[in-house]
Amino acid sequence: MAIFINENTKVLVQGMTGSEGTKHTARMIKSGTKIVGGVTPGKGGQSVEIEGVRLPVFNSVSEAVAATGANASVVFVPPKFAKAAVIDAIDAKLPLVVVITEGIPVHDSAAFYAYSVEKGTTRLVGPNCPGLISPGKSNIGIIPADITGPGRIGLVSKSGTLTYQMMYELRDFGFSTAVGIGGDPIIGTTHIDCLKAFQDDPDTDAIVMIGEIGGDAEERAAAFIGEYVTKPVVGYVAGFTAPEGKTMGHAGAIVSGSSGTAAAKQAALEAVGVKVGKTPSETAQLMRDILNNKKG
Amino acid sequence: MDLFEYQARDLFESHGVPVLGGAVAFTPAEAGAAAASMGGRVVVKAQVKVGGRGKAGGVKLAESAKDAEEKAAAILGMDIKGHIVHKVMIAQAAPIEAEYYLAILLDRANRNFLVMASVAGGMEIEEVAHKTPEKLARIGIDPNVGISKEKAREIVLAGAFPADVVDQVVEVLLKLWAAFVAEDATLMEINPLVKTSDGKVVALDGKVTLDDSADFRHPGHEALIDHAAANPLEAAAKAKNLNYVKLDGQVGIIGNGAGLVMSTLDVVAYAGEKFGVKPANFLDIGGGASAQVMADGLGIILGDSDVRSVFVNVFGGITACDAVANGIVQALTMLGDKATKPIVVRLDGNNVIEGRRILNDAAHPLIQQVETMDGAAARAAELAAK
Repeated sequence: MAIFINENTKVLVQGMTGSEGTKHTARMIKSGTKIVGGVTPGKGGQSVEIEGVRLPVFNSVSEAVAATGANASVVFVPPKFAKAAVIDAIDAKLPLVVVITEGIPVHDSAAFYAYSVEKGTTRLVGPNCPGLISPGKSNIGIIPADITGPGRIGLVSKSGTLTYQMMYELRDFGFSTAVGIGGDPIIGTTHIDCLKAFQDDPDTDAIVMIGEIGGDAEERAAAFIGEYVTKPVVGYVAGFTAPEGKTMGHAGAIVSGSSGTAAAKQAALEAVGVKVGKTPSETAQLMRDILNNKKG
Repeated sequence: MDLFEYQARDLFESHGVPVLGGAVAFTPAEAGAAAASMGGRVVVKAQVKVGGRGKAGGVKLAESAKDAEEKAAAILGMDIKGHIVHKVMIAQAAPIEAEYYLAILLDRANRNFLVMASVAGGMEIEEVAHKTPEKLARIGIDPNVGISKEKAREIVLAGAFPADVVDQVVEVLLKLWAAFVAEDATLMEINPLVKTSDGKVVALDGKVTLDDSADFRHPGHEALIDHAAANPLEAAAKAKNLNYVKLDGQVGIIGNGAGLVMSTLDVVAYAGEKFGVKPANFLDIGGGASAQVMADGLGIILGDSDVRSVFVNVFGGITACDAVANGIVQALTMLGDKATKPIVVRLDGNNVIEGRRILNDAAHPLIQQVETMDGAAARAAELAAK
């Protein structure tokens, strides 16, 4: 098992005919993901060959689902058109929609997130995220598939490259699923959603949670860990040196006044017994120690 | 992007939110002329994007145009919490009977929008929220439903506004919501919203934050950018589309991915404690680290006179390390004599062996390779201390 995706997940690529969409479709196919088609409004009826696979293109997600039985989509559509694409996927009742696009106006994200909640049939991951991977089973998004293989660690992170770094540090253990939830102010799947799924997943033994400055998602995740999670969790928080009032790369990564600081997030996690590393390597070592003790 | 008060005022006015007369002035003479056109009695307000300017002496009542000119002369050039006052707003003075609070903002925790309304206006709302939370109505707004007239009335009643101003505050809230949506704002705050002695409700001071990601549908927002206040290095980086924030340390930082770069700053700060050095900047070159992007990034960082060493920290995900290594070598060739500081490079991930080989073969005198992030940070900090 794994969380959210597995070897049976059938994936549509929204924006497959664009350059980013085509490039990453090829990478996903190579890493074993079942890609069943693409959606580009206005290009329905065409087909494209990517990595030796002939993929049909549809005008809408509903048509694509009817023809292919897809149960997930990944969105590479540019910011301007992303809202319409996500609404299309929600209307088609896709259980999982992964939004990779960076730079979507937050009013648009707020609108499609609220719409997904209202409809109640779609889990959104992202936007502005690298996607998620269950190594050896499915890889939806842009996470490199060759960093590490399957294992029993679950990983949830706001950041793409820190996800890769942590997977690399713990490559000898492997991962059940790694989820990059994204660095935007409004995201569909939170640390808490992933912590809950990992806790409930029989194939996950321990969890790495990576956070960063901005908002209070890590504090709320800490409270959730205290209430619900019994598996070992180690944490890492980026942005201790970030100055107040400056956006650090991710749209959501900003310390406002005294809220959203890395120190507050670390304190909240430690208060519920989560060990927090000072650097990614130290965090990996904490996890290593936990897993080695378990073995011994 | 945060707006100045006068920009917020103008934006409010353009959307029909009631405001008093106001004009921006860059010189005492302009301030005097603006005051004269408003009848003489005005408030001279420092335009800085920081709170507490009243306490710092940045807001003064002026009794005449001449007085306004003098007050402006005193305020212009002031340093308010590190922000130099380059302009003042000349605001029409009005007798105030009551001060309220009204704001719409993005609520990250609840992933919707939030209206906050209170009759305890004029002070820091955090203080109201903390000391007298019962005086602050907080009502969530579904982005797809918005604020109807009924909803607005419900909010205003929840905020316990006096009966004689309810209709006017409802109207202000509806206009403010329309402005919030039309401008892609993440914050529109009126503090204070006042009742003047003639019973009118007007916005006396406002804070607005606009969503930079929505700039593509707001060509007008470009004109609101405060180019003068931007750090020259940040401005140069922006012109090259680089995600750069100037900090006050000595170790220049380049990395790929916002999270990894934030983490790199922290790791350098820890390593630097021993040497008395800190990170000099945030610079995320993103996924595709081409030679040109690397050259642009190195160019900005080497142009920072505070920088004494550079740490390039790349984890090859989609980007292959050999491409990054080639980028670094070509960047140094492009920069030629301009590259003078030692550069510590840590490469890992996709195609790392080839990447490290390229840097070894280049044998550039400025480049040092360290295999781990923590080790490379320590090395860069040590070099900056020398």
